[in-house]
Amino acid sequence: MNMLGMFCIRACSGLVGCRTATRVRSLHSLPGITVAQIDEEVAKLLQLKAQLGGDDGKHQFVLKTAKGTRDYNPKQMAIREKVFNTIIGCFKRHGAETIDTPVFELKETLTGKYGEDSKLIYDLKDQGGELLSLRYDLTVPFARYLAMNKITNIKRYHIAKVYRRDNPAMTRGRYREFYQCDFDIAGQYDAMIPDAECLKIVHEILSELDLGDFRIKVNDRRILDGMFAVCGVPDDKFRTICSTVDKLDKLPWEEVKKEMVNEKGLSEEAADQIGEYVSMQGGMDLAERLLQDQKMSQSKQACAGLSDIKLLFSYLQLFQVTDKVVFDLSLARGLDYYTGIIYEAVLTQAGVAPVTTDAQNGAPSEESVSVGSVAGGGRYDGKCRVWASALASRGSSPSWSRKPRHIG
Amino acid sequence: MFCIRACSGLVGCRTATRVRSLHSLPGITVAQIDEEVAKLLQLKAQLGGDDGKHQFVLKTAKGTRDYNPKQMAIREKVFNTIIGCFKRHGAETIDTPVFELKETLTGKYGEDSKLIYDLKDQGGELLSLRYDLTVPFARYLAMNKITNIKRYHIAKVYRRDNPAMTRGRYREFYQCDFDIAGQYDAMIPDAECLKIVHEILSELDLGDFRIKVNDRRILDGMFAVCGVPDDKFRTICSTVDKLDKLPWEEVKKEMVNEKGLSEEAADQIGEYVSMQGGMDLAERLLQDQKMSQSKQACAGLSDIKLLFSYLQLFQVTDKVVFDLSLARGLDYYTGIIYEAVLTQAGVAPVTTDAQNGAPSEESVSVGSVAGGGRYDGLVGMFDPKGRKVPCVGVSIGIERVFSIMEQKAEASAEKVRTTEVQVMVASAQKNLLEEKLKLITELWNAGIKAEVMYKKNPKLLSQLQHCEESGIPLVAILGEQELKDGVVKLRVVATREEVQLIHNTHTVSLITVSTKV
Repeated sequence: MNMLGMFCIRACSGLVGCRTATRVRSLHSLPGITVAQIDEEVAKLLQLKAQLGGDDGKHQFVLKTAKGTRDYNPKQMAIREKVFNTIIGCFKRHGAETIDTPVFELKETLTGKYGEDSKLIYDLKDQGGELLSLRYDLTVPFARYLAMNKITNIKRYHIAKVYRRDNPAMTRGRYREFYQCDFDIAGQYDAMIPDAECLKIVHEILSELDLGDFRIKVNDRRILDGMFAVCGVPDDKFRTICSTVDKLDKLPWEEVKKEMVNEKGLSEEAADQIGEYVSMQGGMDLAERLLQDQKMSQSKQACAGLSDIKLLFSYLQLFQVTDKVVFDLSLARGLDYYTGIIYEAVLTQAGVAPVTTDAQNGAPSEESVSVGSVAGGGRYDGKCRVWASALASRGSSPSWSRKPRHIG
Repeated sequence: MFCIRACSGLVGCRTATRVRSLHSLPGITVAQIDEEVAKLLQLKAQLGGDDGKHQFVLKTAKGTRDYNPKQMAIREKVFNTIIGCFKRHGAETIDTPVFELKETLTGKYGEDSKLIYDLKDQGGELLSLRYDLTVPFARYLAMNKITNIKRYHIAKVYRRDNPAMTRGRYREFYQCDFDIAGQYDAMIPDAECLKIVHEILSELDLGDFRIKVNDRRILDGMFAVCGVPDDKFRTICSTVDKLDKLPWEEVKKEMVNEKGLSEEAADQIGEYVSMQGGMDLAERLLQDQKMSQSKQACAGLSDIKLLFSYLQLFQVTDKVVFDLSLARGLDYYTGIIYEAVLTQAGVAPVTTDAQNGAPSEESVSVGSVAGGGRYDGLVGMFDPKGRKVPCVGVSIGIERVFSIMEQKAEASAEKVRTTEVQVMVASAQKNLLEEKLKLITELWNAGIKAEVMYKKNPKLLSQLQHCEESGIPLVAILGEQELKDGVVKLRVVATREEVQLIHNTHTVSLITVSTKV
């Protein structure tokens, strides 16, 4: 703690004569400031706020909902009911069960799961009991439910509201309370069959909802990583280059390339090589071609992903949905926890995409979702490792392969 | 201000200029505090929040629980029955946010306010989780200047009950409210509410039930003519309310010894509260020498008569009884009150206490599954001009219903299915995945609920076992020979009867027909 810094502030306070001034430490200027010290300072500020009367002690007839939330009137409810019936009907047609979890979890359950987005979590006041937080998504509660009940196989959907303290000033129209509609198949199964069924479900739902024409873009994390490797991207730049590639749904290639080279320090050669690949779209044929591609085939990882894409498309053919599914090498959504196949459904007719869909389609805000996107998901086995190791210490070690499916 | 910037210069931190010695500035506003708190919390998040503790906590919050697929299946059936009934009577539905501005809930629940869950002040509005669905309803009406609506609302509410004192009580639980708001001719909507309760309880098949009816004005009038001092009305009322749990002697003792009522007054009350009946009782009381002295009571009694005349037309009088001992939570009720109880004992956990949509002031007897009444003054509390919107409604004790249905399901031999799959697509030999996927696609495209195992070469026995575990009634078995012959075997899982279907365009329609059997 820098004593000089402390002293100065006290002196100033002395000059203006306020009792509470000693409480201010220039926290921002203290290296090694701890979370505990921040908590203390925040608590004092909030106490001061309460003394000031909170909302100025107004006892008005408060005729509004909390910021970022809204009522659903009967008309909206009627529409909502129709949409839910269609979606749930489809889930049930595919043999899914449903569960429900509490609106709040123990704070510890949510801690450490959302990275920087943790600041968007609604906490409940410490009223002398357990520390609680409102759920931020349906995936962490799902993982907790599976671990708690030692479940290794389940096909479940869950439609419920989640809560995020987004800042409306920055993201106009974004709600803080909104529905998520998740469908997940958890369990160890033969490759790509459940993955293909997920896509069949997306296809059915979007067709039945009659939202207009759509496409389901498919890619695979292993293919992306393999591609970066053979294009000469340094390992430590994979993630950051990936999030730049992800912008291709909003920006033209020239801009994306510029960011890769100027901002992310990639060589122009590597960027050009990436550019060739990410412009590729196709079906099983493209996967075949890339398996023969001199450069791509050097990556074992990419080949594994490409073989799975081939297998996937063979199942999609049997499911009669290949008309709307496209293997798109530019798809790079939320690769944080996806370990295999990733997909995103977009409406191809412009003009019906409010800003609100951004990052509210069940995806953490790191996963940028393009305007017009209505669903997204993928396979993630890694996240479960976190829970699996907890279970392993209790003597059981399930092998997980799960995938979250989020339909916004 | 100057001093702080100089200090920051000394320690060389970019962010220091953000610190203004807020505490020392007179006239600091709430908005500025909010801003500062937001920055500090952002800094905290960057530092990693809770000291980076990464625990795996495998439990739900105290007083809350997950619903597993079986419970969800039961829940869905119950909701379908209840909502079906509401819709039959022309009700719309709304939904409101899970939290309200703290101010909205302030001052509405009396002593129970301490049971409200507050959200942490994170630098924005002060929020609380909703405690019931009635206050949000009143806010919704006032906000949208609605004077007439017939609405149901099924959603979870939150109360920080202390589990130590009330074992098994949940802190997160469903409420199922139905309300008719608006100025209407007397007793017609009130009677319809009772008709709805009767329909729901009959359809849910929970056993025999009774709906007790009374009226606040009758109670107040009765107290008056029995000599209860005005200022003791409420407290005597909550004692009378205990008659559903305690015998009269105990209740009388409390009135006299604890509440300071004269024994004479207590005895007079005792005579009345033992009375039960129908329209006839209301008639009799209107002639009663004492009771008829109270204008209030007479108004209530006339309305009870009118109510029963409508109930007769609605054909529900068999289960409705005018019961003078009914005194549930009279805080905001202004007229008729009612409570439905199951008459068969043995299925009543303590959890029902005060969770059937009633604030805990309204003690609800064990066995109670619904309650409600007329409350004309509540919405006016929210309207800036104090405009009154009369309301009558009922709250179904849905958690109680779930609990009973779950117990019934346990006791019954029939399994509760968690999925609705009609046909399992199975294979008798290896290498038939492609054919199975083709067939199941036809089934899905025709709207048939079907499943296939996610294995390339599953054993027939495992597939059949899955059918039995999940309760899937039919299995379509593909085999090499059958494929050559162009047929599909359709087997009824329970009986093993089999039918051979020619696998052509008619297969799917034949299976469709079979699934309806």
